[in-house]
Amino acid sequence: MKKILLAISVFCFLGATAQETVLPAKPQKGLIFIKNATIHVGNGKVIENGTIKIKDGKIEEVGANVAIPAGDVQVFDVKGKHVYPGLILPTSNLGLVGINSVRATQDVREIGDMNPNVRSLVAYNTDSKVINTLRSNGILLANVVPEGSFVAGTSSVVQLDAWNWQDAAYKSDAGLHVYMPTLMPRPNFGRFGGGGGGGGPQAPAADPVKEGLEKIEGLKTFFKQAKAYLGETKHEETNLKFEAVKGLFDKKQKLYVHANTAKQILVALDFVKEFGFDMVIVGGSDSWQLADLLKKNNVSVILQQPHSLPTGEDDDVDQPYKTAAALQKAGVLFAISDDDAQTRGRNLAFNAGTAAAFGLSKEDALAAISLNAAKIMGMGDQTGSIEVGKDANIVVSEGDILDMRTSNVTDAFIQGRKIDLTDKHKLLNERYEQKYDLKKPKPF
Amino acid sequence: MRKTRLLPKLVLALMSFAAATQSRAQVTFPENGVADPRHGHYAFTNATVVKDGSTTLTNATVVIKDGRIVSVGANLKAPAGAVEIDCKGKYIYPSFIDMYADYGTPVPQRAAGGGGFNFAQQPQLETAVKGPYGWNQAIKSDVDAYKVFAVDDSKARPLREIGFGAVLSHVKDGIARGTGVVVSLANEKENLVVIKEKASAHYSFNKGTSAQSYPGSMMGMIALLRQTYLDAQWYKSKPAAEGFNLSLQAWNDSQGLPQIFEANDKWNDLRADRIGDEFGVQYILKAGQNEYQRVKEMKSTNASFILPLNYPQAQDVEDPNEARFVSLNDMKHWELAPTLAASFEKAGIPFCLTTADLRSVNQFWTNLRKAMEYGLSENKAMEALTKTPATLLGVYDKVGSIDAGKLANFLITSGPIFNEKTIILQNWVQGIKYTVKEDLSDKLGTYNLVVNTPAGTENYTLDVKSGSSATMFAKDTLNSKLTFDGKIVKLNYAPMVRRQRPAGAGAPDGGQRPAGGGFPGRGAATADQALPATATRLTGISNGTEWNGTGTDSLGNSLTWTASFVKAAEVKPDTAKKKDAPVIGKVTYPFEPFGWEEADAPKQETILIKNATVWTNESEGVLQNSDVLIKNGKIAGVGKNLSDPAARVIDGTGKHVTAGIIDEHSHIAAASINEGGQSVTSEVRIADNLNPDDINIYRQLSGGVTTSHILHGSANVIGGQTQLIKLRWGQNDDDLKFKNWTGQIKFALGENVKRSAAPLGNNRYPDTRMGVEQVLTDAFTRAKDYQQVWKEYNTAKEKLLKEKKSTTSLIMPRRDLELDALVEILEKKRFITCHSYVQSEINSAMEVANRMGYTVNTFTHILEGYKVADKMLKHGSFASTFSDWWAYKMEVEDAIPYNAAIMQKVGLTVAINSDDAEMARRLNQEAAKIVKYGGVTEEEALKMVTLNPAKMLHVDDKVGSLKTGKDGDVVLWSDNPLSIYAKPLYTIVDGTIYFDRQKDEQLQKLVDAERLRLVRKMNGEKRSGAPVIPAQPSYQIMHTCMDHGHSHGLLVVDADDINND
Repeated sequence: MKKILLAISVFCFLGATAQETVLPAKPQKGLIFIKNATIHVGNGKVIENGTIKIKDGKIEEVGANVAIPAGDVQVFDVKGKHVYPGLILPTSNLGLVGINSVRATQDVREIGDMNPNVRSLVAYNTDSKVINTLRSNGILLANVVPEGSFVAGTSSVVQLDAWNWQDAAYKSDAGLHVYMPTLMPRPNFGRFGGGGGGGGPQAPAADPVKEGLEKIEGLKTFFKQAKAYLGETKHEETNLKFEAVKGLFDKKQKLYVHANTAKQILVALDFVKEFGFDMVIVGGSDSWQLADLLKKNNVSVILQQPHSLPTGEDDDVDQPYKTAAALQKAGVLFAISDDDAQTRGRNLAFNAGTAAAFGLSKEDALAAISLNAAKIMGMGDQTGSIEVGKDANIVVSEGDILDMRTSNVTDAFIQGRKIDLTDKHKLLNERYEQKYDLKKPKPF
Repeated sequence: MRKTRLLPKLVLALMSFAAATQSRAQVTFPENGVADPRHGHYAFTNATVVKDGSTTLTNATVVIKDGRIVSVGANLKAPAGAVEIDCKGKYIYPSFIDMYADYGTPVPQRAAGGGGFNFAQQPQLETAVKGPYGWNQAIKSDVDAYKVFAVDDSKARPLREIGFGAVLSHVKDGIARGTGVVVSLANEKENLVVIKEKASAHYSFNKGTSAQSYPGSMMGMIALLRQTYLDAQWYKSKPAAEGFNLSLQAWNDSQGLPQIFEANDKWNDLRADRIGDEFGVQYILKAGQNEYQRVKEMKSTNASFILPLNYPQAQDVEDPNEARFVSLNDMKHWELAPTLAASFEKAGIPFCLTTADLRSVNQFWTNLRKAMEYGLSENKAMEALTKTPATLLGVYDKVGSIDAGKLANFLITSGPIFNEKTIILQNWVQGIKYTVKEDLSDKLGTYNLVVNTPAGTENYTLDVKSGSSATMFAKDTLNSKLTFDGKIVKLNYAPMVRRQRPAGAGAPDGGQRPAGGGFPGRGAATADQALPATATRLTGISNGTEWNGTGTDSLGNSLTWTASFVKAAEVKPDTAKKKDAPVIGKVTYPFEPFGWEEADAPKQETILIKNATVWTNESEGVLQNSDVLIKNGKIAGVGKNLSDPAARVIDGTGKHVTAGIIDEHSHIAAASINEGGQSVTSEVRIADNLNPDDINIYRQLSGGVTTSHILHGSANVIGGQTQLIKLRWGQNDDDLKFKNWTGQIKFALGENVKRSAAPLGNNRYPDTRMGVEQVLTDAFTRAKDYQQVWKEYNTAKEKLLKEKKSTTSLIMPRRDLELDALVEILEKKRFITCHSYVQSEINSAMEVANRMGYTVNTFTHILEGYKVADKMLKHGSFASTFSDWWAYKMEVEDAIPYNAAIMQKVGLTVAINSDDAEMARRLNQEAAKIVKYGGVTEEEALKMVTLNPAKMLHVDDKVGSLKTGKDGDVVLWSDNPLSIYAKPLYTIVDGTIYFDRQKDEQLQKLVDAERLRLVRKMNGEKRSGAPVIPAQPSYQIMHTCMDHGHSHGLLVVDADDINND
């Protein structure tokens, strides 16, 4: 602790941009105990007054009766506090986008419609100042997703305390991302705008639905050819794009289809039916309309932004808040994300909290940003809950982490490593608290 | 009615010749040949003459000569010299008048690019038109339609054929469009068809071909019109500095004419009418389709309306996945649009009808009859097509009824004109006959047909029922096809072929007879058989009662034939049953889902909330187990054990009561937000273009918001005047406004105003923060000079008045709406809210303000406010910020969520605002984040979305806390209002419950039921064979600051993206 305090105070005098001195923690060796905790396991269970035993970065024991040996062990007494699995941000441009409006800081969208071979991981910038602000709100893992016009590339899950992307890689290239064409007529507001009223809807010239469906047929052809190619023992020419989708056929990769409407999702089911891929729907604003079909086809969903307006004017004003509960009820495996461009993902837990206010239980809401997210990303055995054998990815909060009124993350561990929760915002806060004498400066 | 200007003598003379179209006496045009003077002297006798909507003469005669009506009367004898036309059984009506046409005028062609202001495009800052015109290309007041008018019979004919004889035509291009000309639809020289050369002046909310950036918004167009009225007035004093300005001169010259405004939408009608009210002009309003949704407001304009007859098309909503994106509004509008004319008639609003906006003029009668089916009366329809437009245009002495002296513009019809089966036979325009459809009535009936074939004579009976339908038979009925246009007859026939029955179906005499082998049995005859290629084909000419002709038989032999008239067809009375009035839904207020029907309007109530946790925002703090009484729209008590026998009691046990949430920075409920055509646009006003039909009003009520400050966007340094509204869902634009409020104005600094995001670069000053500071300095320097000029003028004027001297020698300065608003700031009659981010620009803005003598009332966004909080405090500013936004643009890379707390601790009054239609309904949660980031108390955090914004809006004497005497704007929450689990159960504005969570569930059911009904109705329309268009997703336009990238779902389109078109 002393070391960290030191770091903070050094900073305040060095200047606000010196977040670079927040050092990634060293690998954890030995035993750590977190005791007197209200443990929210992540799988729906809550353990009151529990203890977590961590050894060499892994959770070794969890329960109300875990013995703490005397000797060279680190013990954290978190009496009155709540302990959660490290939260997982299931879709994010973290590390790929510095400032939304500055082109030079963007590495998220490659040119072209067919980029299965593009990998987000290699551009992930561990020095992005956004990362630490997420850790401060309990997010310890993020799925870094490329954007695109159609087949965008593969995403990787990173852990948020690393020197470089190789260190950060937690689950590499685990998903291929396809952005579904809208399959909807485009808006037509007429010529000579500015009048308002008048015309009413007019039939558009082109048929975007047909165009979209043709595009998807093209992708299916690609998959068929890839499958045939991958079945060959020897190739005359190497095709990087075919090679890139091998994991889909081996079930080592998931297919993430970014889709919102029922029609888009129904079309996407082809990928499950024809190719047997493991599919995840990303977006899913209308997924509540066909939850049972999703369940039946083992398709999981990432609700990208529960804090949204309803899609249609006629929709329930709270529909986006209620969608998670509808999926839960149908038994669909789903996760909640926070895609907000202004806040950059830091409100993940509150998006889940809203789902809890509108029909989910709090523990189910937690699962949607921890264990279920891990399962969807194919790393449910490794993380997502506070269970024996998993990585010790753990967050401590003073109160209910789903409610901004009580959420205050005081400690966090990634793979057992206690990470520095300083971020750029805290540093600037410190700096100006001193300018205005709002707080006595800490002794050096 | 406005006085008609006297026409110059020469034109008057021309006009009288125009009437005598066949006369060539005394004209300037030489004749290439021998003179052939004629007078078009006719007498139409034995007709039923409908002189106008209210007078009908039976057995009457109309006499016309030289293009004019000479006399009209019952049982008049045809005068000598007149050609008599017997109109027995026929009806004569005045030809219709369309006062919203562009017939004969050039169709405006838009240059590439242009449109409204757009963050991405290069603006065109100056007019591109050369000549002595005004500064703005969209003011085309100098255009006179009569100068560019050219007769075009290809356009006139279709209009004549549906009954029109005259139109008011103008060039439909620009915001001011110049004058219109009344012309007849005769196919004659332009000189002769002009009825009134300058009959009207035209305006619209559409820039048309102008690619000049300003105005780029609804409010900008309104401001431009207002300023042009002022400039035109000022121009009358011939200001030397202005020189010759043709646009303003023409504007002034046309003020005496009927002023017609194309508004095209219910709210635009009100916007236009208010401009008129300000400058003493009563516009005639060209409506859109949706005015039936606000009939009361339409009536209050006192305007006459021009109503189009186009209606939305039915959509193909059979596929539920497609129907899902068609909104209830669009379906309701489809159902209710045909009630427009009837709703105006019922409300007593004067109107005429136009063919404008119809997809094709051929739809005119179908749609007119539809309007009548939905309640428009025959008399009113007739009036709306004749007398009303003629009167409005001051040409009722020439057209619009059948009276002596008027132009001979009339229709001859086969029966009462609005009957389904009636046919317009002829349309006489200026005494010239235009046949629409041949009158076959005396030629219909039974004919003996004798065909002389090489094999001998064949005899048939031919029953001619119409020009395209006849039955032909000898012993048996033949398969025949007739066309007869009154002169040429064509008749094809062949023996009827028996329908082949499926094998074993038990046909009594199965099998097909050989072709040409005699006539098949009657039993198998069907009416609609296609004629075989071998049919006998006859063609001939009607020579009165006998037809003669030639032909070819089935074997190719030539033949001749004759048909003689035997007896006339029996005239059957028009038995078409009057259709039942259609079953339709009700108009709701607003015309949106979750709107209320008139009978269920939410009303002010006496409400007593008992035993709740009450967050007073006053010195009492948070009261436990306390009551709040609301009465007559105000808070009548806060405390324990309150009672009121008349009150509706709401149990607040375990719940929390707060003042309604106030959003300092919002962009909902407006037709436009950004006028970025110039860097200083203080003349534009959000108030001019409020939109009460925004679903986000209701959605935000569901989040506890009661008051919203609707700001101009951040496209320019000095933006527009803002408007504070209360979320009175369903009220009209005026009633949304927060009453007794001192106005504010939006300023903006930084990236947006220097257009950093423009991919093609920027050519609009300023391009740097250095320039931003100079724009501010320059604007207020000009404002001060302007203030001084007026001060001197007013002093001088007062002095002269005091001395009882004439003031005519004084020249009034030009009123400048832009500078007026800035002077208001200097005089502390208007407050600034300034979009701002980084410390340098914040300090500069305060420096300019100090230098110029004003205060920046509120810094909004102010994400680096924490760096300069002490200076802001000293300057006297308020701060309205976001809780935790950052890193969405360069200038917010140092934004921190501790900002609000630091500013608050330094002593500033801090608000948390939304600037986002979604976040606005969770502002309580945003306030809670200030507890999380920076540790302010919960009470202080709640004030950041209630009392503190009220303070910076200078309405804290009315709203923002729970105090007796303040407005009854109250929210009952299910939980601690700062908790994510808290939901508003009731949102009350002025003591009226506008959101009730339980009622919301019922409303949702009503929405679903109404959707289902309308989807089924549209499906029924499709199944009945009516044309449908593919389902059209109901996209919603959303206005933002363009400041951030919050996506609002697949149906929401950012207003700024549309301007790309």
